Amino acid sequence: MKHTLSVTVQDKPGALTRITTMFARRGFNIESLAVGPTERPGVSCITLRVDCAQHSLEQIEKQIHKLVDVLRVTELVSGEAVERELMLVKVAVPPERRAELVTTAEALGGRLLDVGTDGVVLELVATPEELDAFHELCRPYGVADLVRTGRVGVPRASARRRAPTRLAAIN
Amino acid sequence: MTGGDAILRALEAEGVEVMFGIPGGAIMPTYDAMARGTTVRHVLARHEQGAGHMAQGYARASGKVGVAIATSGPGATNLVTPIADAWMDSTPLVCITGQVRSTLIGTDAFQECDITGITMPIVKHSWLVQDARELPSVLRAAFHVARTGRCGPVLVDVPRDVQEAVVDVTFPAELDLPGWRPPTKVHPLQIREAGRAVANARKPILYVGGGTLNGDACDELLELAEAGSLPVVTTLMGKGAFPEDHELHFGWPGMHGPKWSNLAINTCDVLVAVGARFDDRVTGKLSAFAPGATVVHLDVDAAEISKLRDADIPVVGALATAVGELAREVAGHREDGAAPPTAWLEQIREWREEFPLRYERDAEWLKPQTVLETLQRLTADDDVIVTTGVGQHQMWAMQYVRSVRPRSFITSGGLGTMGYGIPAAVGAKAARPEATVVCIDGDGCFQMTAQELATAAIEDLPIVVVLVNNGYLGMVTQWQDMFYDGRRSHVDLRGGVPDYAKLAEAYGGVGMVVTDEAELETALAEALRLERTVVIDCRVAPAEQCYPMIPSGAAALDMIEYVDTLEVKEAKAS
Repeated sequence: MKHTLSVTVQDKPGALTRITTMFARRGFNIESLAVGPTERPGVSCITLRVDCAQHSLEQIEKQIHKLVDVLRVTELVSGEAVERELMLVKVAVPPERRAELVTTAEALGGRLLDVGTDGVVLELVATPEELDAFHELCRPYGVADLVRTGRVGVPRASARRRAPTRLAAIN
Repeated sequence: MTGGDAILRALEAEGVEVMFGIPGGAIMPTYDAMARGTTVRHVLARHEQGAGHMAQGYARASGKVGVAIATSGPGATNLVTPIADAWMDSTPLVCITGQVRSTLIGTDAFQECDITGITMPIVKHSWLVQDARELPSVLRAAFHVARTGRCGPVLVDVPRDVQEAVVDVTFPAELDLPGWRPPTKVHPLQIREAGRAVANARKPILYVGGGTLNGDACDELLELAEAGSLPVVTTLMGKGAFPEDHELHFGWPGMHGPKWSNLAINTCDVLVAVGARFDDRVTGKLSAFAPGATVVHLDVDAAEISKLRDADIPVVGALATAVGELAREVAGHREDGAAPPTAWLEQIREWREEFPLRYERDAEWLKPQTVLETLQRLTADDDVIVTTGVGQHQMWAMQYVRSVRPRSFITSGGLGTMGYGIPAAVGAKAARPEATVVCIDGDGCFQMTAQELATAAIEDLPIVVVLVNNGYLGMVTQWQDMFYDGRRSHVDLRGGVPDYAKLAEAYGGVGMVVTDEAELETALAEALRLERTVVIDCRVAPAEQCYPMIPSGAAALDMIEYVDTLEVKEAKAS
């Protein structure tokens, strides 16, 4: 099962490496990873997407928690968190079909960023699942280049606080 | 002061008495600061690996943080094995390494290596210090992290220019570690639940690991065992955490543990793991380990809970507190009438009578077990610290040496580092000069770190090395004989080279050779009396195998109890 972990860390050299090294060493796979600053100076947030069983997830959370630079580990549970991802896609679409593609993109909240002789560059910010769908839509037009940032998320403002996890219970 | 001075003042502020190391280019400014004066004794090792294991031996014998210091590049990489060893066995260790100048980092400079990168998976934390003004707070944090929570190694890498920089620093430094919050309190509900389970168990057992020693929870463990009349088995790492002459001590679990201990642990109804981590050498086939038991797991490291075996009742917290509270809880239940497991204790005693450790004496050869039994007999009443290498001799040491005090048995359990014994013994002697320190070593292990005999002799840290010399890489030979149809592949060390007694003398010590039981007793008694570094080369039976044995990955109760040498010979002939 897939899980999203939000890890806040002190912005120290090697903080990210320590987390990825721990994943590699203990045989856990990272599906996507996004890093950036937070509202607190000197504190970054690492959002990790992992595919693992519940038992492994608890182990991962506990192992991350032990790292000295890590301030907090939270699981972003789907439905209780807002998750978004940015995708940039260059589509080698011939001029006569561009209008159709751009309209579709805009209908989904996408934007046209660049137009060239060989194609267009589109931007879309959406849930990772919506990005998957948009990627499929673009495919018939000829996707020349595609990059995604990896998902980021925050707990919903409207969400009730989750019951403490097992980790919290034994701490 | 210079950065080098700041390092030394920081060590002094931490109360460090001894550090172990070797100078080299990138750490020279700090060694120059040593020459200007420090209260910290420096023990000059002959190899950085030796310095690292000495610091580990020091830490394990004293309960304090061990300190090793080395230069960049090869000096630092030679510390990697001790760091990995300290990581696996949770030994508090601060390693300080020199690094090339800041301006040269990343340029493949002479003796440059990315030691923080190399050691990242095997340290609790590491620092590459970029400003000398940070040294006091970094070192304060390094010691704090090494010894709090689950103990372990940390590394502080200091570029040469940072050691040379002249700065104003103040002590004591502030501790700024917002992300390091090891558990302190213990959840009272978990203790209550654990107490109920333990007190009402018909067949409880305490499975005690090295965390008990690291957590200074040995007194509390004794309270718990006595309050509940609970049988105790100690792992290799936990050996000495509970007095082995106590009537509630019932041996050691795992691959070479006696049958009675493994029977007890595998048929218990409540298994209380105290600072133990369900290592594969203890459990054998995990799914067949203590299959019917309710597991109560006490550990300071939450990540150990349910890592391998699901804990029914987890208790996370500092072990001295957790075990102490559990002891009071269990005592309360006993006062309220919960019956002690008398029949169960009787059952384990019967098993112990029925399946004793055994070996055959041999007219032709001295047996390794005899060497250890004799050592035990001669040192039973003394303040002795035993260290070991890794292999058959280590397992025989576990079986035949009785550790009655905490921190008196020091061995490489998790990493299984051959060569650990001699330097660890030197470090232990530095920690406890009043104790007699004996290294039980194999001939394979001995040759991996023998150069530290020079350190022992020159630094006046005398150790007695009891060399169980069978001329083979014995444990590998045993596996080849048992599991590879006796195809002996590159395990013959050709006894005779080197001449260990002469080598001992060459290193400034005393050498002795022993070939039979009569010589053994005289030599051991003499060696223990001399207060010099002695190597007793005990020429033991070359084909002796260590039993009982649970084959790797097999269920604990499928152990091979004992195989007569005769049976082996017959099996080979047929």
